[in-house]
Amino acid sequence: MRVVQRPKPKLMQSLYFIDIFKGLMLTLRHVIRNILNPDQMMVVYFPEQKKELPPPTRGRHRLMKREDGSPRCTACMLCATVCPAECIHILAGESTDTAIEKYPERFDIDMLRCVYCGFCVEACPLDAIRMDVPEVTVANYSREKLVYHKEFLLNHHNEDYVKNYNPPRPVIETHGPLARP
Amino acid sequence: MNSALFQFLNITIIAFVVWLIPLQFIPFLIWLERKGSAFIQDRVGPDRTDVLGFRLFGYIQNFADVVKLLMKEDVIPLQANRFYFLLAPFWSMMFSLIPLMSIPLAGSIHWINTTIHFQVVNLNVGLLFFFSITSMGILGIVLAGWASNNKFSLIGGLRSSAQMISYELSMAMSLITLLVVYQHADFQTIVHEQTGLYHFFGYTMCLPNWGFFLQPIAFLIFLVASFAETNRNPFDLPEGESELVAGYHVEYSSIKFALFFMSEYANMVVVSFLNVSLFWGGYEVPYVSTAQLIQSPRIVLLVLSGIIFIMGLLVFVVLFRHGWKQRTLYNGVKKWEPFLLGTGMAFIGLIFLILIPFWLHWNFPAWFPLALTALVQFGCLIIKVVFFCWLFVWVRWTLPRFRYDQLMNLGWKIMLPIAMLNFLVTSIFVILK
Ligand code: SF4
Ligand code: SF4
Repeated sequence: MRVVQRPKPKLMQSLYFIDIFKGLMLTLRHVIRNILNPDQMMVVYFPEQKKELPPPTRGRHRLMKREDGSPRCTACMLCATVCPAECIHILAGESTDTAIEKYPERFDIDMLRCVYCGFCVEACPLDAIRMDVPEVTVANYSREKLVYHKEFLLNHHNEDYVKNYNPPRPVIETHGPLARP
Repeated sequence: MNSALFQFLNITIIAFVVWLIPLQFIPFLIWLERKGSAFIQDRVGPDRTDVLGFRLFGYIQNFADVVKLLMKEDVIPLQANRFYFLLAPFWSMMFSLIPLMSIPLAGSIHWINTTIHFQVVNLNVGLLFFFSITSMGILGIVLAGWASNNKFSLIGGLRSSAQMISYELSMAMSLITLLVVYQHADFQTIVHEQTGLYHFFGYTMCLPNWGFFLQPIAFLIFLVASFAETNRNPFDLPEGESELVAGYHVEYSSIKFALFFMSEYANMVVVSFLNVSLFWGGYEVPYVSTAQLIQSPRIVLLVLSGIIFIMGLLVFVVLFRHGWKQRTLYNGVKKWEPFLLGTGMAFIGLIFLILIPFWLHWNFPAWFPLALTALVQFGCLIIKVVFFCWLFVWVRWTLPRFRYDQLMNLGWKIMLPIAMLNFLVTSIFVILK
């Protein structure tokens, strides 16, 4: 076992004042630079300027559709069961299509309770729910409006974004033994 | 004029002004703290709240805060000792407003056969008065900690009172050294002694005769102790935002919490006033004595106009550049605000530039030099105080926090012996001289 001694501070360091002075000068440099030219700070003035969020952002939920426009979800309740915040409420209805059997009559997500864990996405066997709408400002003036209903989840997102969305495959450059020809 | 009535009026008005000074400093300091910390960390700080689109660089945020604090629910815990619980914030605030009453704001003016003082009371024990009143403020913190009937507030209160009491010792020790040097305890004399140039063993240096140059060690100890006294960052253990919930004021809400908050800032102002009056020449303008100011008001006016012109121009350039770069960001008043303010500042600067020839030929009335001198000295005092308030903010956002044992070690084992040694050496020198 090796005992590592704490380095003993030198006399000048233990007097503090010189090091404190250096630190003060560093922060003063920042202050003066930022007062004289406030626009070189790396700041996004948020509601006016918006950063484009990268595609893999975990945003708010959306429900996927089949080709004919009906929801892909079959109301299997897996997401509602796995949700740790118990914020998915599904009311199942009988589908006319016997191959599908069930469809969600209502599909409500209480965004006030959601913890954005993404378990619902993982649980869904049909890839019917995704969390890829790049919206992080889920805010409203009333609580009722923050319970998102089926119609909202199905339709209310930028279709362009969703259509063009192809999950980018990570390009891994490998060298050495793992490198493929 | 009835001189008793005149003196009464004089004292009342000055007392009112002195009472207003910390109260006016508090929003300014909160703004300074927010903007200063933001700029130190390369952020912009508050810049959203506006009145009719005018944001005044985030200053309006203070008013929003006051409204918020006033409208919040004021909770008094059921088990708290109601009387002391209510008393504590007012106690803290009161004892951070009183001590300024003994600080001179400008030199006294002699006009015909009356004397106008710019000091509420010229106690011959001014320094001791100041010190005793500021140490009463600790009681507010202890009371708050105890009366909330909450273990955590009690521990917080004990921590902070232990810290403040231990640093009060070294602070007092460093100030006793000053008493030995000046041999007076009233602020008027102490400030007056700091005029002129610094004499060092018979040599005249090109430094002002400030307490700092007489007693640099005492100043450093006083400065460190004053950080600990006001519970500011390197020693802000009572609050320790990143470690504790809060300190003694966990149970306080609404305007009572705001009173504690404000008394902390008022304490900063008070300590800065003390610091400036003792070590940095108080209201004295460096290198220029009161008599010289009174004799040559024209030069004073010229220098003031020049400074205002240059400042106006600088603000104009900075604001225009800022406004131009941000022109696509906002609409309406928010877009034009930097241009408006910049133009206003440039306009004021230009007016003072144009006035310069006018000053040279103006036959001013006899009272004018006196009033101008008082104004200049008051402005000088305020500038020095603002600098030391900025130092508080600056240090807070530069240094990390001390651990509790380091704090106590520093206070008892390093600063107190150094202060005592300093006292001893100074006394020997003073006796030998
Ligand atoms: S993200 Fe998590 S908390 Fe939110 S709805 Fe899905 S499972 Fe529930
Ligand atoms: S897990 Fe998928 S299919 Fe099942 S109810 Fe949830 S969203 Fe519908």
